[in-house]
Amino acid sequence: MAMSGGVDSSVTAALLLEQGYEVIGMTMQIWPSGEGSGQDGDGRTCCSLSAVDDARQVAAKLGIPYYVTNLREVFRKKVIDYFKDEYARGRTPNPCIACNHYIKFSALLDRALALGANYLATGHYAQVSYSPSRGRYLLRKGLDPQKDQSYALYGLNQRQLSHALFPLGELSKDETRAIAHRWGLGVAAKPDSQEICFIPDNDYRGFLRREIPAKIQPGPFLDVEGNILGTHSGLPYYTIGQRRGLGLVAAEALYVVDIDVERNAVVVGGRDKLWRRELVAENLNFIAIPSLAGPLEVTAMTRYNSPETGARVSPLPQGRALISFAEPVRAPTPGQAVVFYQGDLLLGGGIIKETR
Amino acid sequence: MKSIYLDHAATTPMHPRVLEAMLPYLQEQYGNPSSVYSLAREAKNAVEDARKRVAQFIGASPQEIIFTSGGTESDNMALWGVAQANRGRGKHIITTSIEHHAVLDTAAALEKEGFSVTYLPVDGYGQVQVADLKAAIRDDTILISIMYANNEVGTIQPIKELGQVARDHNIIFHTDAVQAAGYLPLDVDRDGVDLLSLSAHKLYGPKGVGVLYIRRGVKVANLLKGGGQERGRRPGTENVAGIVGLGEAIRLCQGKMEERVERLRHLRDLLIAGVLAKIDHVRLNGHPEKRLPGNAHFIFEFIEGESLLISLDLEGIAGSSGSACTSGSLEPSHVLLAMGLPHELAHGSLRLTLGEENTEEDIERVLQVLPPIVQRLRDMSPLYKQRAKVSGA
Repeated sequence: MAMSGGVDSSVTAALLLEQGYEVIGMTMQIWPSGEGSGQDGDGRTCCSLSAVDDARQVAAKLGIPYYVTNLREVFRKKVIDYFKDEYARGRTPNPCIACNHYIKFSALLDRALALGANYLATGHYAQVSYSPSRGRYLLRKGLDPQKDQSYALYGLNQRQLSHALFPLGELSKDETRAIAHRWGLGVAAKPDSQEICFIPDNDYRGFLRREIPAKIQPGPFLDVEGNILGTHSGLPYYTIGQRRGLGLVAAEALYVVDIDVERNAVVVGGRDKLWRRELVAENLNFIAIPSLAGPLEVTAMTRYNSPETGARVSPLPQGRALISFAEPVRAPTPGQAVVFYQGDLLLGGGIIKETR
Repeated sequence: MKSIYLDHAATTPMHPRVLEAMLPYLQEQYGNPSSVYSLAREAKNAVEDARKRVAQFIGASPQEIIFTSGGTESDNMALWGVAQANRGRGKHIITTSIEHHAVLDTAAALEKEGFSVTYLPVDGYGQVQVADLKAAIRDDTILISIMYANNEVGTIQPIKELGQVARDHNIIFHTDAVQAAGYLPLDVDRDGVDLLSLSAHKLYGPKGVGVLYIRRGVKVANLLKGGGQERGRRPGTENVAGIVGLGEAIRLCQGKMEERVERLRHLRDLLIAGVLAKIDHVRLNGHPEKRLPGNAHFIFEFIEGESLLISLDLEGIAGSSGSACTSGSLEPSHVLLAMGLPHELAHGSLRLTLGEENTEEDIERVLQVLPPIVQRLRDMSPLYKQRAKVSGA
């Protein structure tokens, strides 16, 4: 059981106990080593030192063994470096997806299996099941639609899913609350957070300024015709769809509509320039089907917790796919994931490469 | 499932007689030793009795014994205090690359203050060479600090020879004897030691109390300010019960020391022989003979130490990867790296340290449980699979 000290993972551990599982609690230590606990920040993020303290207390309350496992090196390589590289390339990364695929359901899963465990459970809101007819493990949205987190799990492969337990995804809000109450976890466990866990002060611009100063070079703000409107302070500070903090004066409200790495330019335009009819996705992963043999009608989600849009997914060469939307989608962003559903069934997804 | 405690180098269970000796000073004998009334005198006497006991234990006189909060404070005070009080004589300090972090981190802090520090290397067994110490001495060397026995691999240093070098050059000599105490006979005059650190909880005494021996005439600046206790060297109301507990723990471990050591050595050798016989790709770290009687320290190739520790704990066996102070962080051990072990091997270490309450049955159980765990972890290791393929072909 991957424990963060938060309500979700704590309730999950309690639920598994009630279901008769033998549960071992683990928290990943992902912080760069430093001088003690000084860099703990406000301690609200999922794997901070205070999260370890909270998780340890919850484990004691549940009466389960609890361990901290050191995954700093792999986390730095697979998540933090990826995060920096993507911003350096003018894209907007999703570190939680990378963490789920490379850390939780890879390094942490391996540690769990090494202890003789059969499964790795997490507090994600999603449902995993095996379909004998398809011969595949399937991933569905969590029962509570507002909390669904299947989007961030689209990258899991069949082996990873075969060892995954997401007990929370099968519960209604009331059931979750009842379990928390029964075990007295509402008070002990802290609310879950949504920030980037390795940037405790939530200032990702400051983080990038410290980590990749050379990649942050001022350049031109361009309009869609290519006219220079001003000077931006470095590509990593901008994301598509952003309106605030541009410092540009214009008759209409301006948004970031494109990031042009070759020209080190941030392209801005009116609200109408944000909408896209098509995008190309790469690094595809399919869960419900072995691969994309031909065009598929799906609903597509282009950002965590954003509404889905009807779309057709068609294979392209080089393992890519073209996603054509039934109606325009606002500000799909390179580096983010596009995830395909049919009803609550997650078919697969990929990373947005370019949009048009 | 019976739990088996094999981490006595981290801490020891308190002896029931120690608790018994302490209890009156936590209850009716609560006086502050610095006060004038008779209740205070009782406490003062108890502290002084313990001081005499400690002094006799290491061949010192009672006035040279300072009670502290433990080994870490003693080490801090020895390095920081000597450096500050003797900076007029020079700013060079010699220590080793395998010290406890209480020494290493204090040395690093002194470097920031403008001192220069030489970290002596060790050989493959973790021993410091006398010649290396001689070569490192400079005109401005004011302090040499070398641990008596290492907390991770258990290697015992040639303290008497090293102390002689310090004495020949008239340099202050400190030794961290936290791990050695109770197992090796200590004698500050024989060993040429000017400062010596001890900790009670490694000797079946209470946590939170330790000793710094300071030879008469050696100048040491205070870490703390605020009162006249401990001859003005360590202000703060005495931890009376803790000090009494330390005294009692020392009294207990002085009796039958040879017999106890012999028993531990026997158990340790059973453990080492069993592990080496039952598991391949394993090596014993530290010196084969010059090692603490309760210490067994192994490297299992192709294994990641953290999973090994957790698997053992799930079987009720408490071990360590090296030092409790860095467990949980599980960075590769600085001691193993200093001994020349490659980074990837240094990750697969297991330290089992035996104590009074361990039995032959405990060792048998470890020898039953450990090999299948090692095999399971290896079966999951890609490196091991690669190796198996190569040697199978």
